[in-house]
This record gives sequence, C-alpha cells and structure tokens, in this order.
Amino acid sequence: MSDVTSDQVLTTQDGKPLKAALAKALRRERLRSLMLIAPLLIFIMLTFVAPIFDMLFRSVENQIVSETLPRTVVLLEEWDAGSGETPGEDVYQALHYDLMIASEYKRHTQLGTRLNYEKTGISSMFRRTGRRIADFGEVYADQFAALNPAWEDPMTWVNLMASDAWIADQQRWAASQDGPEPTFILSETAVAALPATADIYGAFAEFLQMEEGDSPTDEQPWNAVYAALYEDLADNPQAFSTFSGTNADLLREAVEAVPTFATASMKELFIDAEDGWGDAGNWAVIKTFSPAYTPGYFLSAADAQLTPDGLEMKPENQQIYLFLFYRTLLLSIVITLSCLLLGYPIAYLLAALPLRYSNLLLILVLLPFWTSLLVRTSAWKVLLQQQGVINDVLVWIGLITDAGRLVMINNATGTIIAMTHILLPFMILPLYSVMKTISPTYVRAAKSLGATDWTAFWRVYFPQSVPGIGAGAILVFILAIGYYITPELVGGTSGIFISNRIAFHISSSLNWGLAAALGTLLLVAVLLLFMAYDRIVGIDNVKLG
Amino acid sequence: MLWLDKIKVGFEGNMANTRGAAVRYESVQKSYDGESLVVKNLNLDIPPGEFLTMLGPSGSGKTTCLMMLAGFEPATHGEIYLNDRPINNVPPHKRGIGMVFQNYALFPHMTVAENLAFPLQVRKVPKAEQAQKVRRALEMVELGAFGNRRPAQLSGGQQQRVAVARALVFDPELVLMDEPLGALDKQLREQMQYEIKHIHENLGVTVVYVTHDQTEALTMSDRVAVFNDGVIQQLSTPDDLYEDPKNSFVAQFIGENNKLDGKVVEVNGKSCLVELEDGTRLKADKVNVESVGDRTTISLRPERVEFDTHDAMDNIVNGRVEELIYLGDHIRVRMNVAGNDEFIAKVRNRGEKRKIHVGDTVPVGWSLNDCKALDPVS
Repeated sequence: MSDVTSDQVLTTQDGKPLKAALAKALRRERLRSLMLIAPLLIFIMLTFVAPIFDMLFRSVENQIVSETLPRTVVLLEEWDAGSGETPGEDVYQALHYDLMIASEYKRHTQLGTRLNYEKTGISSMFRRTGRRIADFGEVYADQFAALNPAWEDPMTWVNLMASDAWIADQQRWAASQDGPEPTFILSETAVAALPATADIYGAFAEFLQMEEGDSPTDEQPWNAVYAALYEDLADNPQAFSTFSGTNADLLREAVEAVPTFATASMKELFIDAEDGWGDAGNWAVIKTFSPAYTPGYFLSAADAQLTPDGLEMKPENQQIYLFLFYRTLLLSIVITLSCLLLGYPIAYLLAALPLRYSNLLLILVLLPFWTSLLVRTSAWKVLLQQQGVINDVLVWIGLITDAGRLVMINNATGTIIAMTHILLPFMILPLYSVMKTISPTYVRAAKSLGATDWTAFWRVYFPQSVPGIGAGAILVFILAIGYYITPELVGGTSGIFISNRIAFHISSSLNWGLAAALGTLLLVAVLLLFMAYDRIVGIDNVKLG
Repeated sequence: MLWLDKIKVGFEGNMANTRGAAVRYESVQKSYDGESLVVKNLNLDIPPGEFLTMLGPSGSGKTTCLMMLAGFEPATHGEIYLNDRPINNVPPHKRGIGMVFQNYALFPHMTVAENLAFPLQVRKVPKAEQAQKVRRALEMVELGAFGNRRPAQLSGGQQQRVAVARALVFDPELVLMDEPLGALDKQLREQMQYEIKHIHENLGVTVVYVTHDQTEALTMSDRVAVFNDGVIQQLSTPDDLYEDPKNSFVAQFIGENNKLDGKVVEVNGKSCLVELEDGTRLKADKVNVESVGDRTTISLRPERVEFDTHDAMDNIVNGRVEELIYLGDHIRVRMNVAGNDEFIAKVRNRGEKRKIHVGDTVPVGWSLNDCKALDPVS
C-alpha cells in the first residue's frame, strides 16, 4: 500500500488508475446483463416505443399540403389571407400545374380529405376539380397543334426538353430493350429558357416512367404542358435563341403566333369548375395549413381552430372533445373511487384472514382475470339491459313497475358498473400487498393507548394503508382513462370515453393526425396528473408489494 | 442515567394518583381451539405498585395471560379484576392500561411527538396540556430534540424509550410490557433493564412484565411467576426462586444447575438421604419428595461446589476433572461426579496459580442446603 494524498489519483499495483480498472472490471458484468435484456429491449423498441413516437409525430405532421401543392404554397406566401380577396392569376396557374400532377398521382383526394378536417366541403372541391383539371390547358394544346402538327408528336417534345445525353441513352436502350428505360433528364437549355414548361414536362416524364411504365417518347404531354409553354413564350419571346435546329424553328414559329392565341384565365376555369375556388376562406385554409408542421390537430382536439384572424374556439355545435375529455376524467375518477370503496374492505379481509382462507379469497379475487374481458363485459350487458336479469328481478319483487324499468346500460351508469367490476382486482391487489405488511400490533397499541376501534383504524391503520390506496388508485385511474372496449360495448353514446373517439378516427374516419393529437393530449393529461400526484402524495409512497 | 432522575421530576406531579393498580386473576382459563387449555386455572394476585414478571418458555401461556389482561384476548373462563372491578367485558381502550409491545409498535407515520400525543388526543386532553406532557415526557427520556423525527430515524434503544414514554404519558396505573427488550442487543438490554426498573421505582405504577429471559426477570422483578404448560410453577421473589426452587422445572429454568438422579433411601425431617445410580449417597434438602423409595433429581448450583473440602461439609465426593474453561472472572470445571460427566463447578478466579488440572481426581464438597431433592426430571 502506498501513501495516497487526496489529490493523487489512486492506482492499482501495476500503476493503472483505480477508476479505470474498476470500470473495466465491471464492464463485462454490465455487458452481460445488457445482453440478457437486449431481446426484450429490441422487441419493445420496435413494437411499442417506435410506433408510439410515430403516432405522436403524426399529430403535428402536415407535409401533405406542401408536398402536393409545392408551387401553389410558395406563391400563396405573398397572398394576404386577411384581405378577403381571392389570390391572383399566378396562384391559380400554379394550382393548375400542382393539381394536374396530383390528380395523375391520385393524391389530390388525400389532400382534400386532409383539408376537409379543417373546413368541410374542401374534399369534394378537390375531387371534382381533379376530374376536370386535365382539360384546363386544352385551349393551348389545340392552338399549338393547329399552328404546327409537330407539337402533337411526342418526339418533338423529347427533342425539345430532353438532354442530348438522355436521348442518346434512350436510343441505345430502345435498341437493346435491356432493363428499364434510363431515367429522363431535362436539358439545361430547356430549363433555362422555358422554366415552367421544363418543370411540368419533367414531372410528366417522371410520372410516365415511374407510375405508368411508359416512355416520354411515346406519349403526348398533358395539356398543362402546353399551357406552361404558352406562359413561357409569352414571358420570354427570345426563348428560341438558345435552341438550335428544328427546335429553334418550331419555337420561333410559336413565339410569333403566341400573341394571337386565344387565352384562358385559370382563375375563371377553376371557379367555373367549382365555386369554392372563388372563396377566399378556402384559400385561407390552404395557406394556414401549408407549413410542414401544424398545431391544427391539437387545436381540433381541444375544440379550437386556427383562422387567418388567429386562434378561436370552434362553433358551439362542433365542440365535442373537451367535453369528452371532461367526461373521461370524471368517469375515471368515479370508477376509481368506487373501486376503492368496494376494494378496501376486501383487501382488509384478505390481509386479516388466516392464510388458508385468504388464499381462497385471493383466488376468487383473481378469478375475473382468467375470464375474457369481452365475456365479462357481455355478461354485464345481459345483466343490466332493460329486459335483463336485474330489471327482471326488480320487477318481479315489485320494487319497480314493468314500465319503469331502469336504464342501466348504454349510458354512463353501464360504463361505471362494468368498468368498476373489471378494474377491481387492480385496486385490491396493491391494497392487499400493503395491508399485509401492516402489523396488527399497531392497532392493538392504539387501542391500548385508549383509541376506540374507529380511531385506531382511522388514525393508525388507514394512514399506513395510504401507499396501497395510492398505488391502486393510480393503477385503476390510468387504466380507466384509456379504456376502450368496455365503454364501446356498454357505454352507448353518453358513456363513451375519449379513447372511443381515438379509435373512431384511427379506423373509421382515418384522421390519424387528430387521433394522434387526442392520444397525445390524453398521455399528457395522465403525465400531469401523475406529477401532481407525485407532488401531493409522493411517488415514493406508492407500494405495489 | 441522567434521564432517570428527570422521570422522577417529570412525573412527580402525578405521584399522588399513580400509586398503581391491583390486578387479580380468578380461576382464569383460556383455550383457543376448544380442545386444549393454554392457561389452566390461573389464580394470581398482584398488589398495587408491584413489578411482577411472567417468565416462561414460549408456549407456556404467559403472553396469553398478558393479552387477556390487556383485553386483546377474552378469557374462556374466570374473571380478571382491575382494582376489584371485573374487566372481562371492558374493551381494551377503556381499561386505561399502558402497554409496551415487543417491537415497540410505534406508529411509523407519526413523529415521535405525535406518537406520544396520541393517547392524550384520544382522551381529549386540552391541547396546551398535551404539548406540555409530551414535552415533559420527551425530556424525561432524553429525547427532547427528537420530537420531530420519525420512529424509523431512531436507534433501537431510542425507540424503546419512546415506547416506554408513550405507555406512561397518560398516567396509567398499570403498565404491561410484552418482551420489550427482545429486539435489543445484549448491552443495551442490560442498560434498559436497569432503567425500566428505576421508572417503576420512581412512579410506583404496577408493572406486569413478560419475558422468557430469566436474567431479565431476576434483575427487575419484585416477584416472578414462572409459567410452564399453562400453569404457574412458582411465584416468589427472585432470590427465593433461585435459592429455593419448588420443582425441577424452576430449578432448570432459573440459572445453571447440576442434575443428579437417584432414589430416596432415608428421610430425616426436612432433609433426606439420596442414593445415586452408582451408589454414592448424598444428604439433600427435602423439597418435593415424600418418602423412602421415591425417585428424585438432585439440583445443585455450580457455584456452590467447593474444592477446599473440610470434614464439616455435608457431602464430599470425588470427581475427575474432564475440562477446564477459562472465563476470566471464574473458571468452569467440567467433571465426572458419580458417573455424571456433565457435572459443572465454578471456581472463582482469585489470581492464584491454578491448582486443578485435567485428569486429576479431586474431592469436591457442598452443604446440604445447597442440594435440593426435587421431583425426578424424567
């Protein structure tokens, strides 16, 4: 042993730092224990944690607007939603291109559904416009074709738009037919001189190759491409100058003819197709939800909405979620309290009885666990319904008249009764495990000190059982707040929980974003309650055994 | 032991009304299963202010007797009187008996001060008086600064003191203690024995104390009731119990003891002559043998065996030294006497060179009065 002062690093016999040596010695052990839990950990991460985070992410994710209408969204930034005026022609032109592409990909209906969550009617607007969008540029296509039939030839467009390298590649591929066609590449000249046309044509070529398996060399472009060409030529009469050969000739001819072309206002075409496009309110919705992330789902989950004027509550008749949250909390509290009221004496009995009796009783308590949840809930339906066992007995013994049968199911009462029964073991077991550790001498001591039976219970026994109450109440409450099956089956309309709405949005309305936001709010509510509980009771006081 | 003096001061004001209660068991019987009796016909009179210990092995019925007195177990038959008032039908909380439990039973969710205030609160003692009594009780047990601690933050000895203080704070006339020192280590136990003894002396309350530790019983009690098999085997003062055991069980249970089995061959008034199995004849005090021919077990305390024999001694026999065990203040000598090689003698260590060696055969002697002829053990 060497003399070591406090500021010296402790070392092992061969001079290595002691801490490093210790860490090394423990590393093996740690690694081994990590390996033991690794399968479970990976399983949990993949099947539980990752999906949860994915779902939570959906509650703010909103890329669908900016991905489906990229050109429109950029131009809309300039537009003042508060003006009450519809946007300018350029926005409608951009929408024309965006919607043309989206309708080919059949993505415009998804976008419509998404925006319909924010304002009803938008969905059908997109759907109907999508059916007619292909015709919006027809007037230009016809005029270009009339000017020169070459515009109807797919090869004309390929020669004009494609890079030389791609044309060469494509020809080689066409000769060998080996593998897929080379991916279409725009020529730099076209991109520089005819930006809008190149943009749309590029999208057209990509769509053909990726979705249809066709070649741009075989297909006449969309009418929207002609509209874009018209726009480009009108904007830039010198466009032809960077081209050569046939392309230059064709373009020069077109440039000269373009001023004489009949034009079509996209704005008018849109409004003609669907009145909604003339409503600044619809445009405001599109603009509001154009960012990639949105608080919209959360606002909806809290019965609020984002308007151009800012945050405001939804109209009274559309408010539903706050009340549902309130009801979920209230019913969960009632269920927790009734579980406590019913479970406490049982747990006390379990803890006080001699072992052989308490074991039997414990089996009786656990019996419901071995029966399917669905069966138990259905049994409650049989018992509680108006023509059910309980009502029949009550009528038979004359407590109620046949006309006055009690309504105990398909409402909050049914939910409370059935869920109290189902969650009761979760209250009894923690209570029992805590009560088992409370020595009977405490109550004896209290009595010897002069306390009556009640005082001994209330001042001495009960406070020591509080950790069990805490554990049981937390368990039951958290289980209750997210319960789904039982309220669904016996809750009717007035006894359903927020989870039933979540399930509805997941499986029926397919509004996953809202479902995720509702779920996140529920999670946050539980966490907040949990923290409040920790602050008041102290989580250290919770004992499960 | 400073705090003991404070106890005197602390409770002095109450001395007038804490003379202690009288307890009487009248033919009390107790059975748990209806098939066997745990307590068989107990008659016991405890005068006011006495420190009575119920001593016995586990299962001897002593704790049951205490629990019946406290009111936690009903007597199957018979009556218990507290100050001449029958209490069989009085619930525990109305008996006004202080009790110290084996593991103290301090309420873990209350502070020390709250524990002490509990009996006062349930008695609806005015707040100001409560605070005063609690403070005084805390100072008494030298835990004045610990009032706000939880029992779990105290050491075993401190918890013990709090438990005692709690049992006394409401001025009971009778205090029951159910093996209160069982959980303490040896040294602390000895100290607490002494302290509890002094509390009793200073307060004058009646104490009924249950233990299976004979040292505890001998140190503290005015009288000891030795229990076995649901029956009091002997009820007497500690010195009587040691010096004059009335039967073999008591002799075996209290202190160390040499057993020599034999048969009575002659009776001379209060003494008798006993012949051991190997023919050795010993003069013994006749305790519970009746007549010639009775089998008997002779009981002899190891420290009464003398190595310096002289002719005036009643009994002198030769024994062979088998083993010497050095214990500091004395030396235990295991020898073979009259065919019994478990015979133990204690020799005081006087500092002189030991003159006994293993293998020696030496004469040992003892007086007739130290040698009790009792009922046969087997």
